[in-house]
Amino acid sequence: MAFVEELEAPGVAKKKDTTGATLAGFRPAEDLIIPDVKDVVESSTGHHHPHGSDPVSDNTMVLNMGPQHPSTHGVLRLVLEVDGETVISCAPDIGYLHTGIEKTCEAKFYAQVTPMTDRIDYLCPMTNNTAYALAVEKLLELEIPERAQYLRVLFNELTRIQSHLVWLGTHAMDIGALTVFLYCFREREDILRIFEAVSGQRMMTSYVRIGGIALEPPLDIYKRIREFLRIFPSKIEEYEGLLNANPIWMGRLKGVGYLSPENAIALGVTGPPLRASGIDFDVRRDMPYSGYEKFKFNVPVSTVGDVWARYIVRMQEMRESVKICLQALDGMPEGRIVAYAPKIILPDREQMKTQMESLIHHFKIVTEGFQVPTGEVTSSVEAPHGMMNYYVVSDGTAKPYRVHMRNPDFATLQALETMCKGQLIADVVAVIGSIDIVLGAIDR
Amino acid sequence: MPDPITNPSTPTAIFGKDAVAEALADHAAIRGLAPLITDAKWDRKELTLTVDPSNIIAAMQAAQAAGYNFFEDATAVDWYPTEPRFQISYSILSISIKQRIRIVARLSSDSPRIDSITSVWPSANFYEREIFDLFGVQFSGHPRLTRIMMPDNWEGHPLRKDYPVEGYR
Repeated sequence: MAFVEELEAPGVAKKKDTTGATLAGFRPAEDLIIPDVKDVVESSTGHHHPHGSDPVSDNTMVLNMGPQHPSTHGVLRLVLEVDGETVISCAPDIGYLHTGIEKTCEAKFYAQVTPMTDRIDYLCPMTNNTAYALAVEKLLELEIPERAQYLRVLFNELTRIQSHLVWLGTHAMDIGALTVFLYCFREREDILRIFEAVSGQRMMTSYVRIGGIALEPPLDIYKRIREFLRIFPSKIEEYEGLLNANPIWMGRLKGVGYLSPENAIALGVTGPPLRASGIDFDVRRDMPYSGYEKFKFNVPVSTVGDVWARYIVRMQEMRESVKICLQALDGMPEGRIVAYAPKIILPDREQMKTQMESLIHHFKIVTEGFQVPTGEVTSSVEAPHGMMNYYVVSDGTAKPYRVHMRNPDFATLQALETMCKGQLIADVVAVIGSIDIVLGAIDR
Repeated sequence: MPDPITNPSTPTAIFGKDAVAEALADHAAIRGLAPLITDAKWDRKELTLTVDPSNIIAAMQAAQAAGYNFFEDATAVDWYPTEPRFQISYSILSISIKQRIRIVARLSSDSPRIDSITSVWPSANFYEREIFDLFGVQFSGHPRLTRIMMPDNWEGHPLRKDYPVEGYR
């Protein structure tokens, strides 16, 4: 565990416990529950006094923000009740991007679901693919070759850097630092080119498949990744040079959007916001998957719990991701990239064209899919935004009976009101940026 | 006794309440929830505990007291036309002992209703609204049970198995 720069917010008691173990019996207050739009509208009319009786409290106002507001990162609509500029209550209205992916999955073969998982949290397609593949592999009880595991780790961490770059750029742009956005997207472009080289797609990669990964990476890819990892730490310093000592950046972030560790657990917050609130939990280290137990990295934790702490934690996470990527490149074993399961994994093209049996397998997998033993499993990965779970239920046929995604953004959004209450409207923008939401993941 | 989860001699699949309770006697969830469990399953290194729907709040409080302090997820599975039709699956995590359990309750299709657990974990709020929206399961005691994904005037519950994936309803 590594505590990053301790910057104590005034009046905030330091929490010693970092596991949340002693918080088990904590009974949350009723007002942690985030209201619905109707609650906000009704409570605001309740605050109106008869005309002229109390001019000060007569002026709460219901304000609609979004769904097209650029600082809501997509199509998040917020209904705020404000007293002057102070937020009294805040209700998110979601569902604008609901496409029924969970329902669509039930009508597809297991392998056909993979491209749909890309489109859920569209900033971390590799992580989505990995979470889904892990769940189905658990149902099939497939052993994945070590090389495929290392490649998964490598691309998961590159995805984390890529997602954090989008977060940093848009977060800074919301606060008014436009330059950072351009620099972040410059480096993100390098990663997207790497993704394009390995999978043929910049964003919707579908590279991690059930049983391994889709394709053998091109010969020069490790050199390109190493080149990127060599220059990237200096780029992180460049961003920090633009932001860390910037008085506007500090003034807008420090002491804003405080979330206590008890409330973070009660509201289901995971990932960097949870660690910024002082709970030392990371799925990669604590419940390792895909061979993460072989990698050495620190989990940045802060006890401050404000927007600034989330910024510091994510910046440190990018540095740790670089370390993990380098370890994956150094330790990359030789071997297959897919498990040996000819009835589940498509044969490579050459085998298919030359061997009768492979041709039959290919035909059967494409036309009929493959049957998965009955059962229900949960896989869990540490996505850039937090803990992402896939719950897959099989009834023994070739199509999943139920696929459910637990996306970190959906739960984290419930903490929005707790973080924004009593603060200014401008701080709501900073808080939304700090929890790093993707509406595709929330609405599914 | 070694940890049953990491111990390779633990069988990969155990079904039935008594068999699971015997094989995983040291498991924190088995100890904490023992009187409430009606059925149990240990499959692919995952523990699934079935409880009676009327005891769901008590089960959640028992899980919380046993150290499972983090509510991850709640969702439903529609086993149409089997009865009891709806399976509500709660995924609960312990951050300190780094374990995950699944608590399951089965509801019949005539007026599916279960108590809301938002008083135990406020984070269940959105998940229960989602289940209500997409499966039509009612949650008693939920502060504001409204549709969350679909429009307010939508008819039907899309994730039910008798709701078609494509074509006309």
